Formats: sequence, structure tokens, C-alpha cells
Amino acid sequence: MPENKADRYRRVAYYPGCALEGTGHAYNRSTRQLGKALGLDLVEVPDWNCCGAMEAKNVDPKVQTYLSARVLSLTANRMGMDVVMAPCNGCYHNLKKAEHDLANDPGSAEVVARLARKAGDPAYQPGEVETVHALEWLKAAIGEEELRRRVRGGLKGLKVANYYGCMYTRPRHIFPEKDSGPASESTAKPHFMDDLLAAAGAENVEFALKTACCGGAHTLSDSDVSTHLVLNILQAAEAAGAEVIATECPTCHSGLELHQVRAEKRLGVRTGVKIIYFTQLLGLALGLSPRKVGLHENVSDARELLAARGVT
Amino acid sequence: MPIHEQSLIRPEDLRTHDQLVVDGVDVSGHWSTFIHSRVVSDYNEELQEQIASLPGGEHIHRCWQCGSCTNACTVNAINPDFNPRFWIYLVRMGLESELLRDKEIIWQCVSCNKCTYVCPRDVFPEGVMKALSHWLELKGHTRKSPAMVFDEVFTEQVIQRGRIEEGRLIRRFFARTGQALGQDWLVEMARRLLRHLPLGLLTRMGLASLRAPRTRGWSGARDALNEYVQEQSAAHRRALGLSELIETARQDASGASGG
Repeated sequence: MPENKADRYRRVAYYPGCALEGTGHAYNRSTRQLGKALGLDLVEVPDWNCCGAMEAKNVDPKVQTYLSARVLSLTANRMGMDVVMAPCNGCYHNLKKAEHDLANDPGSAEVVARLARKAGDPAYQPGEVETVHALEWLKAAIGEEELRRRVRGGLKGLKVANYYGCMYTRPRHIFPEKDSGPASESTAKPHFMDDLLAAAGAENVEFALKTACCGGAHTLSDSDVSTHLVLNILQAAEAAGAEVIATECPTCHSGLELHQVRAEKRLGVRTGVKIIYFTQLLGLALGLSPRKVGLHENVSDARELLAARGVT
Repeated sequence: MPIHEQSLIRPEDLRTHDQLVVDGVDVSGHWSTFIHSRVVSDYNEELQEQIASLPGGEHIHRCWQCGSCTNACTVNAINPDFNPRFWIYLVRMGLESELLRDKEIIWQCVSCNKCTYVCPRDVFPEGVMKALSHWLELKGHTRKSPAMVFDEVFTEQVIQRGRIEEGRLIRRFFARTGQALGQDWLVEMARRLLRHLPLGLLTRMGLASLRAPRTRGWSGARDALNEYVQEQSAAHRRALGLSELIETARQDASGASGG
């Protein structure tokens, strides 16, 4: 196994997850296009299954552990790879949580081994696969300097609020590599997306609600609360001077889009800030066409703004 | 930010008197408030054990009531009655009837994990909230919350097919909760989405919705998971003493019909 992260991450297993085949399709598309443009190889995990998202754990937490462990097992045993990249916060979080539970909780390990045996999958041994988020992948494989060199036109002073949501940093114990020194990601004030977008020319605004909750888990079952939480985020971003909220999770992204519309309809509160995946912004900065990064698939229509700013 | 705590003095326990003299001092009217004294005798001594037997509730005994969870809580900032620290206190004290006053809002935990992030005792308050909601439903104190219906519809689909197709998920959820799919904001959302989507993508999404994606080679996992979920659900009922209740009721019913 090469020691250098930049080399290890040049070719990784890719776990898109269910949302990226549906509402988060633009994130899937822009992530793949970005990989291609930067010469990074994404190999999709064969026959992957849902990680359990925010829901399966409420029926039983070990169901979620099994579902996520199966994806890790496919990566290790079927693909023979040792890094899996998940762009979705939910998938990323659940794979990290399964990794932690299998290593530290004998009860979880026993149930997952039993389920895997019955299902006929090879067992997963913790430590075989490293799970990384799209942010960690790009930060290590490309990095700011390389990005600055490759950027054409760039995001030229576009005012961006970076929104990371809950599952990328909480709870801390499932992310042992975070909060571990100057180059590492921070769980209190994450900055990997800020770093990448700044390298592409964006002007990041001081945004206090980076890791606030959008109510994504109850977006349909307790919509009034979700609308309230999303509206807080949208208004705080606008108050900070942002024209765009950059997202790195399909649930956050569609939650912000959905409740921006719902706040208009139900509360009569209109907000103008645009919601764009960070991979779409990076793709545009590298000179990919709006269509290639799926800008037309967003509900929040940013095409006019980006054209006016000279980004597209 | 300060902890938004609720007052333990409830409006219905406040007493004022039109005419009252205590030790020669006139304390009539509203200027001074008395509190109705009450004695709590209906402790449920098994409450903590029952919550600890459900997934998520295992570490409730570690809590030392610092209040960090409530201080950090996303839902508490919207509704001060949503108070994880207080509920954990009530469970540890066995104050079931007090807990039941908040039974309609406990399910609203959004699982943001801010409480678990700040908890100095690794109580995992987020898990405790889920255990409390389960307990309320299993004991019949509340109906199944919309959130739990969503979780079940979701998990059924994953176990059945290995993957989620969002259109099908949303339709099933709305049907099971008896809501119309034509909510104005959903219609508006769809309208905005459809405005720019190319025909090819629309066709692909439509086909996915009809066919519903599934994971190849999933049947073994499906059977194993179904069996496990049933086994766990029976174990939870046993832990809460519900199986015995059902058995007693069945025996009573057959005894009555036999007599």
C-alpha cells in the first residue's frame, strides 16, 4: 500500500449511494466529471446496496451496521481495493460508523458476522478499507496548489457560504482522523470545502451555520420544523453576504432546495441565495460546461447568476 | 447560549387566594403565589431498565445531568419544551407520568447528533431519544409517529430490494400517513425541476420509478435481515413485559369463552 495519500486516492472505489441515482443525480454527474477532468479513477462498487441512511438505524442500529459493512466487504473482497469514496454525507457517515462499531463493539461485530454468513457474503474485517468523503478525496488527491494551477477562469470573487451539515463531522468518535493536527479536518469548524473553493477563486463568507442541521431526517415527516431550520440557514447565509450556498451532501442539498420553495409557499418568505454542489462549482472553475456538471438539474436555478459573474 | 430550561412550576399548580392571612400577614390575591403541594408516589422503578433495553438507550445510566445536550439541541432552540436532559432525568427517577406530558414531541429529534458530540459522559442522547420514542409506541402511549412510519417504509424497501428509489418511497409514505401527494410545495418543486430537465433524464427517472432498482444477488441478505428484525422486535416486546401481557390477555379471553 503506497504511503502517500495523493497516490492512494488516484484510483478509488466509488460508492454513489441511492440518493445520487435520484434527487442527487447532479452531484453524481459532477463528481464523475470532476474525476475525469482531474485524471482520477472512480471505480463503482459492484452490486452495492443502500447504507441504511438515517432510517434503518431507527428500526435497528445493527441493520444499518450490516448494510454499511456489506459495502465495505464488497470493496475489500470483490474489488480488492482499500479506499472507498462516498460523496453523500449519509453514506460516508454510516460507513465510518460501521467501521468504528465493528472495531469497538463486539455485539455489533457478532451480529454483522452472523448476518453476513446467512446472506452468503464474505465477512468484512475492520481496517481493510478506508472510507473517505469526496472532500477528503479531492483535498488529498489534487489539493489546493494543483487546483489553482488547473483552474481556468475560476469562480472569481463569487461569494460562497460553505454548508457541511451534520453527518460529515458528528459524532466525533467515528472520525478519528479529524481534529488531529493542522492539516486535518476540524469537526467544530470544517474547512476542506472552503479550502478547495477558495483555491478555485471563490470568496468564502464568514458563515456561522456551517454544521447546523437542515432537518433532513424529518424533511417529509415533520416538514414545519425542517422548513424553520432551513430558513435559518438560508437567511444566515444571505446575512453573511453569500450569493451561493455550496453543498456536499444530497440530503442537505435537496432539503435546502425543497424547503426554500416550501418557505415561499407556506410562510411567504422568499430567499434568493442559490444552492449548488461544490463539485459543480469546481467543475465550472475547471472549465467544464454547465450541462456537464448538471447545473440544469438543480431546482435552485443559478444559471443567470453564474453567467452574470462570468463563471459560465 | 444559556440552557433554556422549563419551569417545574406548572400553571395548574399555582394557587392564589381571595382572602388569606398567614401568621397575621394578609397574603390575599396575586401579589404572592403559592404552589399546590403534591406527593409523587407512582414511580416506575423499571423505567430506566426498560429504556436501556431498547436500542440507543443502553448508556442512559451514565448521565450526570450537566445539560450540555439540551444546550446544544437543534429542536430545543425551536421549542424549549424539547428537553433531552430533563427527559433523561425523569427516566432515571422513574417519573413516568411526568414524561408522558411530553409524549407528543419526543419523536421530533432530528438526529443531528449535536448532543452526542458534546456529551461528556457518552450517554448518546440521540439514541436515548429514539429509545424513548420506541418505548412510547410499544407501550401504546402514542400512535406511531410520522417519522417512524417513514423509517419503516424506508427500511422495508431496503430490506426488500437492497436499494431505495425515492419516488416510490415518497408515494408509499404519503399513502401510509394518509396525506395527499399533491401538496402545493411538492407540486411547485416538481414544476421548477421539470422546467429545465432534458427529456432523456426524465425518461430515465420515470423508468427507475417503474422498475425500482434492486441490488443483484440480494435475496440472501433480504432473508437474513427479515429474520433478524423479527427476532429483535420480539426481544423488545419481551424486555418491556409486553409478551406476557398479550399472553395473559389471550388466556383471559380463552378462559372467558371456555366458561
